[in-house]
Amino acid sequence: MLSFLGRRVLFTIPVVLIASFVLFIFVRATFDPTAQLRSSHADSASVAREKERLGLDRPVVVQYGDWLGKFVHGDWGQSERTREPVFGMIRRALWYTVQLIFWGILLSATVSIFVGVYSAVKQYSPLDYTFTGLAFVGLALPPFWFGLIAIEFLAVQPVNWFHLQEPIFSFVGLHSGDSTGFNLDYVRHLALPVLTLTVQIIASWSRFQRAAMLDVLQSDYIRTARAKGVPRRQVIVKHGLRNALIPLVTVMALDIGALFGGLIITETIFSIPGMGRLFYESLLAGDATVLVAWTVVTALFIVAFNLLADVLYGVLDPRVRMA
Amino acid sequence: MIPEEEIRRTDPDLSRRMDTGGIIGTGLGAQAGVELGLEPGGGSGGGSGTGPVARSQWQLFRRRFLRHRMALISLVVLALLIVGCFGATFFAPYSKNGQDLLLGPVSPNGTHWFGTDELGRDQLSRLLYAGQLSIEIGITVALLSTILGTAMGAIAGYFGRTTDQALMRFTDLFLIVPDIAILALALAYFGQANITIILVLAGIFWMGIARVMRGQVLSLKEKEFVEAARAAGASPLRIITRHILPNTIGTIMVDATLAVAAAIITESTLSFLGFGVQPPNTSWGKMLSDAEGYVGTSKAYLLYFPGFAILLTVLAVNFVGDGLRDAFDPQSGRG
Repeated sequence: MLSFLGRRVLFTIPVVLIASFVLFIFVRATFDPTAQLRSSHADSASVAREKERLGLDRPVVVQYGDWLGKFVHGDWGQSERTREPVFGMIRRALWYTVQLIFWGILLSATVSIFVGVYSAVKQYSPLDYTFTGLAFVGLALPPFWFGLIAIEFLAVQPVNWFHLQEPIFSFVGLHSGDSTGFNLDYVRHLALPVLTLTVQIIASWSRFQRAAMLDVLQSDYIRTARAKGVPRRQVIVKHGLRNALIPLVTVMALDIGALFGGLIITETIFSIPGMGRLFYESLLAGDATVLVAWTVVTALFIVAFNLLADVLYGVLDPRVRMA
Repeated sequence: MIPEEEIRRTDPDLSRRMDTGGIIGTGLGAQAGVELGLEPGGGSGGGSGTGPVARSQWQLFRRRFLRHRMALISLVVLALLIVGCFGATFFAPYSKNGQDLLLGPVSPNGTHWFGTDELGRDQLSRLLYAGQLSIEIGITVALLSTILGTAMGAIAGYFGRTTDQALMRFTDLFLIVPDIAILALALAYFGQANITIILVLAGIFWMGIARVMRGQVLSLKEKEFVEAARAAGASPLRIITRHILPNTIGTIMVDATLAVAAAIITESTLSFLGFGVQPPNTSWGKMLSDAEGYVGTSKAYLLYFPGFAILLTVLAVNFVGDGLRDAFDPQSGRG
């Protein structure tokens, strides 16, 4: 298992390095860190001085090497938008994002496994048809529109309908006022963003789980287990589900990137100061230093999740560890 | 061979199809249906795995597609949407940008079915005109990325080695950064003209299709008929275009259809964030972006219709894709 994991880690290092190099060049080519200075009509000498200070006059490969050296030491430069150290900005944003991702994955995995298994075991039952219909709608919903409609019909309108003091669900930030920690306030803030983030993912994972479960239930060892007289519940959970989870893990790993992309929409709509909103604001402001660090940190996160999926894979399927 | 009772017991859907199938309506029973390749579930045990052996592949395909009720309804819905949007000059009750400042924003009513915005522009008319761009982007992106993805995937899968490694490692790079982020950055770099949006979206979308194609080609190129073609002296180009690609037509068409849906949603997301379609152009996503601030106000109706239009279009496209998948490969269709 360890050597298997070690090989995977070694394999991903060059991918991350190359990706960060490409992104570095790409972002630098798109956004000029001296743009602000230029637009303030500074004379060409001071622009050149600034360029020299930032090292922009050197070859791009040297710049990248320099950036990489500083990056691994935690010196991620200074934001051109807020004049803050980028490291601190991203650390603060990551905390919000990690919360959303954590609850998002927890919710989508739980719901899709339950729905998928139920639909497979009770194939063509009325509830299975209902889930199928909902999944089709969920897959076709633009997530950002779902978020807006959820605010309208789950937060704003119920106040008018039921003459409430305040909305049941909040849609700004993750806490109100001085409230911190895990409490009712947190849940009321979390509900809509997590739902917006996961609606498409739940739809797609539950369909996938249903197909995987159907596939497994038709296999010979399930028939053998049934014939032996293994209790139905045990056949479904221990023999069936455990094997049907393996393909789901693959899909989960592949969808992590989409989940991070979904954060850009969710955090923008719900004013959560996480990574998605940081990307949105930095891109609008053309903040190259933040954007480079953002893409690399996001890539590292996605790679880490893929490794986690590999570990899960090994746990679920012992054959993988041997390979 | 699975006995008929067994099929009927495990799969009511299939059982219904057996009963209503035109070919077997003559009383020959399900046996004949299987033999004719209607449902290869049990019949094609020793077959080549490329689908039913049939008198006419196209006839069977059409028959199976026509039996997929939702796909048929969706096809009609899509046709209506396309005719409505691209015929907006005839159907739209008002002109594209016609303003009525004295009128201002009014809720949906008899004269303005979908209401008007703060400039008094009729939302139904705008919706139809905006749909032109949304649908156009969806279809063009799907076409371009399917052509490019199929070509790249086929080349990588067929020639293997370096070409294959290059393709896979290149697409790996794009798997570790969210699509939306790459697309937003790329649009910031290349600009946001309509044609640029199409090219940039296609520039990302082809990779998924290429990976799927590569897998298909990898397994197909080991088949006997490819070996036979090679032995007969066929060139790689001929083998790929004449022998391999026709066998992947099902995958290609399903992928292309689903790419239309994905492109429409992605474009609307980018436009919503402000990185996509720019004024004076408008798409459904752009309309939603303009209306974002009206959540919870009396003008919230501006949000409903463009979003509903996207939902309806994507839903219909997905159903057609589903119908195509069932029609091309009945075994996979019951997922």
